[in-house]
Formats: sequence, C-alpha cells, structure tokens
Amino acid sequence: MNTVKKEASLLVQGYEVVIGFETHAQLATKSKIFSRAPIAFGAEPNTQACAVDLALPGTLPVMNREAVAHAIRLGLALGSHIAEHSVFARKNYFYPDLPKGYQISQFEIPVVQGGEVSFFLGEEKKTVRLVRAHLEEDAGKSLHEDFVGQSGIDLNRAGTPLLEIVTEPDMRSSAEAVAYAKELHKIVTWIGICDGNMQEGSFRCDANVSVRKPGEPLGTRREIKNLNSFKFMQQAIDYEVRWQIEQIGDGHSIQQATVLFDPDTGETRAMRTKEDAADYRYFPDPDLPPLVIAQEWVEEVKATMPELPRQMAERFVREYTLPEYDSTTLTQSPAMAAYFEIAAKASGQAKMASNWIMGEVSRRLNAEDREIENAPVSAEQLAALLQRIADGTVSNNAAKQVFELMWSESAPRGPVVHVASGDAVGQGAVVSGVAQIDAIIEAKGLKQMNDSGALEAIIDEVMAANTPMVEQFRAGKDKAFNALVGMVMKASKGKANPQQVNDVLRQKLQ
Amino acid sequence: MNDLHRLGVADLAAAIAEKKTSSVEVAEALLARAKQHDHLGAFLAFNEEQTLAQAKAADARIAAGGRGPLLGVPLAHKDIFVTRGFPSTAGSKMLAGYQSPFDATVVSKLAAAGAVTLGKLNCDEFAMGGSNENSAYGVVRNPWDVERVPGGSSGGSAVAVAARLVPATTGTDTGGSIRQPASFCGITGIKPTYGRCSRYGMIAFASSLDQAGPMAHSAADCATLLSVMAGPDIDRDSTSLDHPAEDYTRLLGQPREGATAAQPLKGLRIGLPKEFFGEGCAPDVIAAVRAALDQYEKLGATLVDISLPRTELAIPVYYIIAPAEASSNLSRFDGVKFGHRAAQYDDLTDMYKKSRSEGFGPEVQRRIMIGTYVLSHGYYDAYYLKAQQIRRLIAQDFQNAFEQCDVIAGPVAPTVPWKIGEKSDDPVANYLADIYTLPGSLAGLPGMSVPAGFGEGGLPVGLQLIGNHFKEAELLQAADAFQRATDWHKKSPEGY
Amino acid sequence: MSLTLSDIGRIANLARLALSEAQSERMRTQLNGFFDIVEQMNAVDTTGVEPLAHPTAVIDHVSLRLRPDVVSEPNNREANQRSAPVVERGLFLVPKVIE
Repeated sequence: MNTVKKEASLLVQGYEVVIGFETHAQLATKSKIFSRAPIAFGAEPNTQACAVDLALPGTLPVMNREAVAHAIRLGLALGSHIAEHSVFARKNYFYPDLPKGYQISQFEIPVVQGGEVSFFLGEEKKTVRLVRAHLEEDAGKSLHEDFVGQSGIDLNRAGTPLLEIVTEPDMRSSAEAVAYAKELHKIVTWIGICDGNMQEGSFRCDANVSVRKPGEPLGTRREIKNLNSFKFMQQAIDYEVRWQIEQIGDGHSIQQATVLFDPDTGETRAMRTKEDAADYRYFPDPDLPPLVIAQEWVEEVKATMPELPRQMAERFVREYTLPEYDSTTLTQSPAMAAYFEIAAKASGQAKMASNWIMGEVSRRLNAEDREIENAPVSAEQLAALLQRIADGTVSNNAAKQVFELMWSESAPRGPVVHVASGDAVGQGAVVSGVAQIDAIIEAKGLKQMNDSGALEAIIDEVMAANTPMVEQFRAGKDKAFNALVGMVMKASKGKANPQQVNDVLRQKLQ
Repeated sequence: MNDLHRLGVADLAAAIAEKKTSSVEVAEALLARAKQHDHLGAFLAFNEEQTLAQAKAADARIAAGGRGPLLGVPLAHKDIFVTRGFPSTAGSKMLAGYQSPFDATVVSKLAAAGAVTLGKLNCDEFAMGGSNENSAYGVVRNPWDVERVPGGSSGGSAVAVAARLVPATTGTDTGGSIRQPASFCGITGIKPTYGRCSRYGMIAFASSLDQAGPMAHSAADCATLLSVMAGPDIDRDSTSLDHPAEDYTRLLGQPREGATAAQPLKGLRIGLPKEFFGEGCAPDVIAAVRAALDQYEKLGATLVDISLPRTELAIPVYYIIAPAEASSNLSRFDGVKFGHRAAQYDDLTDMYKKSRSEGFGPEVQRRIMIGTYVLSHGYYDAYYLKAQQIRRLIAQDFQNAFEQCDVIAGPVAPTVPWKIGEKSDDPVANYLADIYTLPGSLAGLPGMSVPAGFGEGGLPVGLQLIGNHFKEAELLQAADAFQRATDWHKKSPEGY
Repeated sequence: MSLTLSDIGRIANLARLALSEAQSERMRTQLNGFFDIVEQMNAVDTTGVEPLAHPTAVIDHVSLRLRPDVVSEPNNREANQRSAPVVERGLFLVPKVIE
C-alpha cells in the first residue's frame, strides 16, 4: 500500500519520528480571564496587574464570558465536542511568575474535546487528531537581564486567557509538524480568537518529540518549549531528532525532559527541572463552580462563524473545479480567498486566475513582502487581463509584460485607476480596468496578430529565406517544422498567434 | 450619656438618631474603653483618625435627616477581612503590617450603611483554630474567666462584644468559628448559608466553607447586621449566591403562622440529633441545653428525635477538605508580592521555605502539611475525593432530617471553655471539640449560637440552632422568640 | 498507614516549608495522630457517590457566572506594591530564576 511506502520513505536513519503538539494560544479578549485588567502587550511592568492578578489576600476570580465564547469558536472550527459541563482545577506549584502559587486551568474535564486539523503537506493531505483544548490563565514573566543575581517579576501577562490545544502524537516529520502549526495558526487567526503574533508570544508551540524503530512502542519523549517561529520549529525538531538518534546509537536511553531551543547555537538544551514538577496536586477550584455551556449558546456562536478555510477550499473545488492543491493554497487568508473569487467571477477564468495568483501575483507579493490586501494590481484588473488572454488579444507572455507594467505603474488598489502612460489614452483620464489594459496593450504594441494576410506574408518570407529547412521537412524531418514556427514567431515579434502559425504553415508546406 | 457601652445596636442607633448622644461621642467613649481593656487582647489595631472621621460623617448624615439601623453605630471587624486604613494581618506574622488597597465587600457594605469601624479584631492565624491561641499577636482572654480561652477562630470578635467593648462585630465561620466563640463568651452569633455573604476581601482559609456573619448581644441585632452584610456580589465573588438580599428582621416578634402571642413558636418542629446528646457532651452543657429546649416547648415548639448518623465522620472529612483548600490558598504567601520575606536565604527555593516557615505558625504549617499530603499524587482518591463524597452523604443526612423538622438544635461545643494552654499541645483534641459545628459547615447550612445559660464555673453555654439553606430569617425568629422570654443574652461578665 | 520522616520531608518540600529535625519528628507524630481518626472513613461505602465540591449544590444547581469582557481596573501599581518585600523599577525582585 502506498501510504506504507510514504511512511517508510520518512524514516530517519531507520527511525520513525513521532511528534505531538501543545499550543498555547492567547485569546483576543479585552480583559483578563478572571479579572477586569487589560491585556495589551508591552505596558510598563505591573501596571496591568490588578489586585486579582497579583493574588492579593482576599481576591477571587470571576470568569470572562468572551474567553468561553472563543473556546466554543475553536471547538466549532475543529469539529470538536464542546462540553456542556467542564471544570476549572488548580495546578499547584511554586514559581515567582505564578502569583497564586497555582494556575487555574482545566484538568479532568476540558471545555473542548476531540476534533482534528487537516492540511496539505505538498500534494499530500494530512489530518492530525486533537486530544483536547482547555481554558487556562497565562503566567507572568521573569526578566533575568537587568539585575545582578536577581530576577525581576512582571505580572502584566498573568491572567491573560489561554487555550491550550493538545494533539495526538500524529506527526511523523518536522515538515509535517510545521505544516500543522501553520494550519492551526491560520485557523485561530481566521476565526479571530487569537492575533497570532508569535514574536509577542500570542501563539506558542511546545513539541513533544520521540523516535522509535517502525512498529515499536512509542519512545520516551522530550518536550521542546516555546517555539515562537516556524523556522525555529523545524530547526529545533530536526536537531532534537538527530540528537535522540545519536544518543540511542551510542547506547544511551532517552530521559523524559523539557528542553529549550537556542536559535544562536541551533541546539536544544534541557531546562533545569522543577524537582516536584510531577506532583501538581490538581483539585477542582472551590472558587469557581462548574462551567455550563447551553446548546443554545453554541448555536448562537455557530451562527456568527465565518466560512472556514477548509469549507471554503472544498467549495472552490466544487464551484470552480479547481484542484484541491490550488483551493487550499488560495485559502491561506480571507484576503487571498476574496481576491481569487473576485478575479475568477469577473473573468470567468477560475483556473487561469488561480494560476496567476499562485504564480505572478504571489511572486511579486513575496518579492516586495506585501500583503495581498494592498497589491497594486486589483482583482478586477487581473480579471480584465485574464479576459484579454482568453479572447486571444494577448499571449500569455505579453500578458505578463502588461501585468508587470500595471504592477509597477498603477497606484495601489482599486478597480479604477489613473493611467498616465501612452498617447492613446487621454492624459490622466480615469478609465476602467479593461480600458486601461487595452491602452497598455496598444501603447506597448503587445496585441496578438490575428490578421491572416499579414501572417501569410511573413510565412512566405521565412519559407523563401530557408528553403533548405523546407526541404528537410518535406524529406520527413519533423524537427524542421518547429524551427520554422520559431522563426515565424520571431519575425512577428511574438505577436503571431502560435496556433494560427501552425495551421497556415502546414497548409503551405503540403 | 453614661453606660453607652451597655447598649446594643438597636438602642445605640436610636440614642444617636434621637441626638441623646452622637456617633463621635460613642466612638470616643468606646475607643477609650477598648484601650482600657487592652489586657483581654481582643483588638489588634485602631485608626482613631479614620474612625472619628467616619463618626463625624454619620453625625452629619443624621443632622441632614438621614436615618438607618446602623447609622453612626460603631462596629469592629475580624482581622480576616481586609480593610483600608488598618493593617490586615489574619492574625499571622506572615502579614504583619500588610496594607490592603481595597476593602472587603462586607466591610464596605456596612460602612455604606453608616456603621463606624472602631478597629480590627484578634483571631486564630488565618482563622485556623478554636481557642484563639493560634494568633501570632497573643492570646485573647475570656472575660467570664480570663484564664480561659474565648473560643475561636473569631475569639476577638466574641470577646469584644461579651466585654461590651463594641455592640457588634463581624466574624467568619469555616467549621464553627462564629458559633463556638459566641457560645464560649455568652453572646449571639450567626453563620449564614454558604455563599450568602460575599467572600471578597475575606482572607481565604477554606474556600468552599468560609462564610462571614455578625456577632452581637441579641438575635435581633444580628438580623439587622446580616440584612446589610448579605446579598450577591456578582462582580467579585463567583460563589456568592444569586439570591436577592432579604430583610432578616421581618419575622422578629411575629408569631409563626397559626401561632399565638403566648405561644409564638407553635408548630415549630425542633429536631434533636441523638448524636449531639451522647456521652461525648459534658453534663453541664447538656443540662443548660435541655433547659433551653424546655423553654422552647413553653413557646409552643415541639421536640423531635432525629439522627445525623455521620456526625463523627464530619471531623476527618472537614480536617481533610479544609486543609486541602488551605494548603493551596496559602501558596500565594511566598515572600514575592507581599507579606513576610526571610532576611537571609541561599536561592529562590530557600527563600520560599524560610519565608513561609518564619511567617506561618505551627497550626497553619500543620494544616498546610495535611492538605498538601491529601492532594498529593497517589493519595488524592483515598483522602480528598473520598472526603468530598462523604461530604455529600452528610449533606443528604441533613436534607433527610429536615423532612422531620424545621430547625435542628443541640449544643455548640461539648464543653464550656477550657483553660488557656490546656489543649495547645494536642491538635487532635482541638479538632474533636468541633464535632457539633462541623457537620452544618460541610453542608453549607446556616447556624447560630444563642446564650442558653451557664455551666461549670459559671461559664456560658450556647444553644446551637441549624436551619436549612436560606432559612436564616426563621432561625433568627426562633432565637429572638427565646430571647424575648429569657435574659441569658443580657448577662455580661462581672466588671463589664 | 503511618507517615515516615521521609514522607514528612517530601511533603514539606512540596509545601515549601523548612522543618528542623525536631519539628519534623513532632509533625510526624501529630499527623499520624490525626490520620488515626481518618481511618474510620474507609468503612464508608461511597461507590457511585458524586463528590460535593460546592455545598449549596445539594439543593441548588450551581453553575459558573460569566462576566462581560470589559476592562475596568485602572493602573493601581503603587498601592498594589505597597506591601511588597522588594520592588525595583516596578518589578518584584526575587533571587535569580534559573531555567
């Protein structure tokens, strides 16, 4: 079976890589999960930590409704079960950035249960199963730099709402792990529950990595903490896999550990383990009755959900008969999907639109590191150009020149633009996308030659000038035909319609 | 006006409203008296400036025609409630001098009603204890016999009222900490249904058990205070019950439905749990309680024998659940954000350990140890979970009992107050003394202590009344009817 | 069951308490004294009994109250840090945290 072949092809020095993810997504709320303090990033130390966040004596938690709504949104997006009854528990441990000496989290009964994330790894469709996603509060930060022999504690982040999203150990390569993380990142930002800012720690990934000989039970895992960029994620996992295989190769066994990735050295190193990390003494938080989510509420939230990337991709396959690969690529962001739909509808050339967006448009965007939201060539303009290719006015190559011109000359955005180029159009006159393109085609003389009289003249010249080649063809050398076509195209300065050249030339050679 | 200190809340409020005296005059007189009786150890802190400012404000409101049952009346708060302007210590060295940036909800509600805060009151450290010997700030002495304990943990609150230093106080009750000291000091106190008063600003001991309540001369005064203290705290406490505030004085002096003025409690069925009257209870206590029950029969009530079969189990169940919650609640005292930090330490862990061992007293450390152990890996199911299951059975026992009766009555404690130091080396003996108050606490039920006479050595004995959830008004009605027919609650110790 | 001194040591470390040898020995005796009265719990059959975490749940169906997502806590750093042992530039200082 070819999936087996695929798995086998992934082995690293005969070892199978097994990866599971725990992702902490900071929820896009205004106030904290259990207090009314703001959660804005980068404020002065401890100015956004109120009495509750500091665990001052006598303070108590009161749950933020919006954080629960975000959990429901994630559950709906991932096809999970949303528990009608879930419980907050205390995870007890001492750490200076943990003001209460316990973290309020969910343990035995999480709010989001099961579900899955599907994505493409190259052309291959992958699905990673989720174990759970639970609500919890973020901790503060320890700053080690500024003080000799001491750490400074900033509790502004303490109490920021988090969803911890936990997968099954379903990933088999660093590439698949990164693809999963990117897909999850796309989903949480798409549905608006997380700003996805990895530099600011809004989306933090921990990877559980282990290796084993195929068919053997799971190996001992090491957890790589706080991978805050997709690049580091891949580097860290690759390093960790090599390290583990080496260890085993040298006859050492892997010890369960938490490790950190150092981008400078490109290596992972074990953290100093909290001796009693094993014993968190979880118990239901007596300050918080059970969280009850009525089905009506879930329905309410469902009604406000946007079309999800996966559903949209499937629709693109249906409505525009695109390959799954195209439709997945085009649903990277709501903006790109919208750009495609406008271009496809306006031009009636869905596949062509897809090719151009994944090709020319993406190439220019990447080169200039722009978002498609402010592409200088609007979806309407692209549509107009595609129409001109479709109706044979311009060749694909010529169209690319037009596109380049529009991109570099056009004022960014908008179906309607000022064109100052060429005498053919009135100075600075406002014209429609199509008119503008026709103008450029005119001005730059990129129109395809469809006049057969002119074409025949050129062909006659070429044949006259290359009698030996004509002979060769007649003697049965087919290669010669292509050479002649090439010379005709050249003589027409690329304006001739290649198909037409073929037909006329064949006639004349009979 | 003389003998101001003898007046209860209602009389004092009336005297102030009728301008026979002023809130300032009362505050000054009681501040002086409290300091004069410093040896009792009831008060931990005063703030004269703030107290007199509050009193002036109250007098101004009265001059402007303002009226209210607590307007201008001085109160004092157990030092478990955080307050601005006074240190809030929970009776612990850990919080020596701690200044809270906010007031407890109960404190601000009473202040808004015009009550004047006279000071903060001594208590067992973090409300853990039944004798007030666990305070880092010294023992509190029982004014009926200064060699004896006042009970606890709200010992300072009970003594301040019994010695007539202040007409009423706030207390907190986790396993009996209002009822037992009220009984030991011959005053009236009520612990309402769990969740009836906001816990916001109450320094947490055991979150699923802690409740605030008033302590005063009479059931009527308690009703007046509780009416102000109780009510939902939607913004601040997720466990405060979504139940509208009530006027707990509404049934006072009213005969029960279908009853007469002569027999106002006709039709009231009082359940007597046989487990509360066994040989574990001292004869002098039983005698006083029985006499009180006879009085209740005269008032028209009928006595019903009932059973609370798991009464004894309440001790291990409570002393697993409460320490478990406490061990977690007290983890925030780590010397980082507030509270005591050791002077010398090698590293972070050493700082934690030294700061906490220096800051917490022996009983608190004992309970942290018990709680940590019963939650730890491999023991959770056998201890904590099992205790929470038996807790439900205990709560159900009460619901079964309330099929047969309206109120449950019995002793508050097995004995009259013991000598200071007598039990301080035997924690388990202290735990056993809580046997009659723990079951109601575990079930979250309202309970009272009503002065019922005197036992050995002329020491007070309290009658405990336990009602079903939200039946505070009925409890207070029954207690008030008794106090209209007796004068135990009017007795004060020699020289006070 | 009876707690040993090493049990006491493990629990004290979990609870971040420093106990001298004498204190540990005393603690051991007192805790074992307490766990003697806990024994009686084993005799109770609790199969199928739901634990009671919130006492009023026996009569009332309790569920978590949710608040609107509104910011209403102003910066109150000065008052909040008034009783802090060591503060510098608004940060709480502790012995170096090694990761």
